[in-house]
Amino acid sequence: MTWLKSLAYLVGLPLLLMLIWWAATLGRPNFFFPAPGILMDTFGEVWFGERILSDVLPSLGRLLTGVAAAIGIGIAAGLLIGSIKWLRALLEPTLEFFRAVPPPVLVPVLMLLMGITDSMKVVVIISGCIWPVLLNTIEGVRAVDGVLSDSARTYGVAGWARVRYLVLPSASPQIMAGIRQCLSIGLILMVISEMFASSSGLGFTIVQFQRSFAIPEMWSGIIVLGLIGVAMSFIFQWTERRVLRWYHGQKEVENAG
Amino acid sequence: MLVNEKPAVMEQPMLSVRGLKKVYKTDGGDVEAVRNLTFDLRPGELACLVGPSGSGKTTLLKCISGLMTPTEGEVLLDGTRVVGPPKKMAVVFQEYGRSLFPWMRVRQNVELPLKNQGVPKAERDRLVDEALEAVGLAHVPHSYPWQLSGGMQQRVAIARAVAYQPEVLLMDEPFAAVDAQTRADLEDLIRTVWKKLRVTVLFVTHDIDESVYLGERVIILSSSPTVIQEDIIIDLPEDRDQLNTRALPRFTELRHHVYEQIQLAKKGHRPAAAVVS
Repeated sequence: MTWLKSLAYLVGLPLLLMLIWWAATLGRPNFFFPAPGILMDTFGEVWFGERILSDVLPSLGRLLTGVAAAIGIGIAAGLLIGSIKWLRALLEPTLEFFRAVPPPVLVPVLMLLMGITDSMKVVVIISGCIWPVLLNTIEGVRAVDGVLSDSARTYGVAGWARVRYLVLPSASPQIMAGIRQCLSIGLILMVISEMFASSSGLGFTIVQFQRSFAIPEMWSGIIVLGLIGVAMSFIFQWTERRVLRWYHGQKEVENAG
Repeated sequence: MLVNEKPAVMEQPMLSVRGLKKVYKTDGGDVEAVRNLTFDLRPGELACLVGPSGSGKTTLLKCISGLMTPTEGEVLLDGTRVVGPPKKMAVVFQEYGRSLFPWMRVRQNVELPLKNQGVPKAERDRLVDEALEAVGLAHVPHSYPWQLSGGMQQRVAIARAVAYQPEVLLMDEPFAAVDAQTRADLEDLIRTVWKKLRVTVLFVTHDIDESVYLGERVIILSSSPTVIQEDIIIDLPEDRDQLNTRALPRFTELRHHVYEQIQLAKKGHRPAAAVVS
């Protein structure tokens, strides 16, 4: 019964919106807002064919590569910069500068440097995704509790063991918050990196449809993007609940007490 | 007043604090937390350190445990100078909620120092089981620390220290943040563990009753800048219990004496030796 209830909560609003949309388009065909039925048909035709192989999967591949690299590099560099005081003092102003540069402006520059390649697109994604992970990791590493740190020291937990058993788990709530931001930025940059002078990918396809006035097709592409976003968010929440089980539990106990 | 001064130490001390001084450098000038402390702990001794608040108890403990470098003087553990946290020393902190790893279950918390030292799995399991049994927590190995009450969390911290098999156990006001009943239980637990393992214990507290009830010896600190006000032997029977021991005339006498000394310390009275030096 409970899963039925959660399913109802999950699809309730989307179904209602579809219904409103359907009612609104009923008997008043609008070129820019196709009826849900037409859109569904188009969705199947456009995306369950060779486009999965030629556009969707390559885009997803670049997105995952970029996001994974950003998370990996961000955490590793964050641990290093957060742990070494002089390094932090040295790098922080510069990091703030690079973070402030909007990643889309890098697309033309990187295009010149790297050509219109997969690596260029992945680098665009990394260049935007890395900041929330990096800066959150630095903050998390800095905020390791003093008593906990002393405890670890008195028991000889040092070096890599300290990172693994103390610093990383202690910073994990902040790191996860950074990863959450990183995912949404990643999706945006995936699309943007494919909008300039590209010849394949989700972003390219949607712009292409728009320019050729294939309006239902364009809408169906936007829906694909939305669904990818939702899927990523679900995977993230599932992972986060597992990784931070202790954190949420502890917060609950604190709030109850 | 019938109070025994500490006898001359013959054997090699387990822990030796020599002329310890700690000055904090702050923007507002230097703050002298500890002026000159010298004392020895014999192997297997259970000594309590009491002093008025702000007498540098925690500073002293941090210097002994190697977490802080003294400005002058030195700490010797079994004849070796302490320069960083020594291997054969365990510390139990007051803030139990912040000294256990909240992302690890009880068992993992107790096990971590052993795992980190490379103790083989079978040996590790045995030590952890014994330690959890000794503190009465054998039934909650899979709980997270934050799921337990404050007293139980402090038991986990004690189990972790016990499993580590230290030669010296330092305790920094470990029961200051638990309720009175739990506190009495934990005091008895410390006595039991100490009698069983005969580990050298230095127990820092601001509670006079606790120091007399627990210790075989009480070291009283003066107010800041800190020196030793007095160092007395607690000649109460070895088997102690909360009701009978605390009802003994001798307990009251010793308690009275320590209380007086602390009051003197608060008023700024300093022992003759300190005034000279």
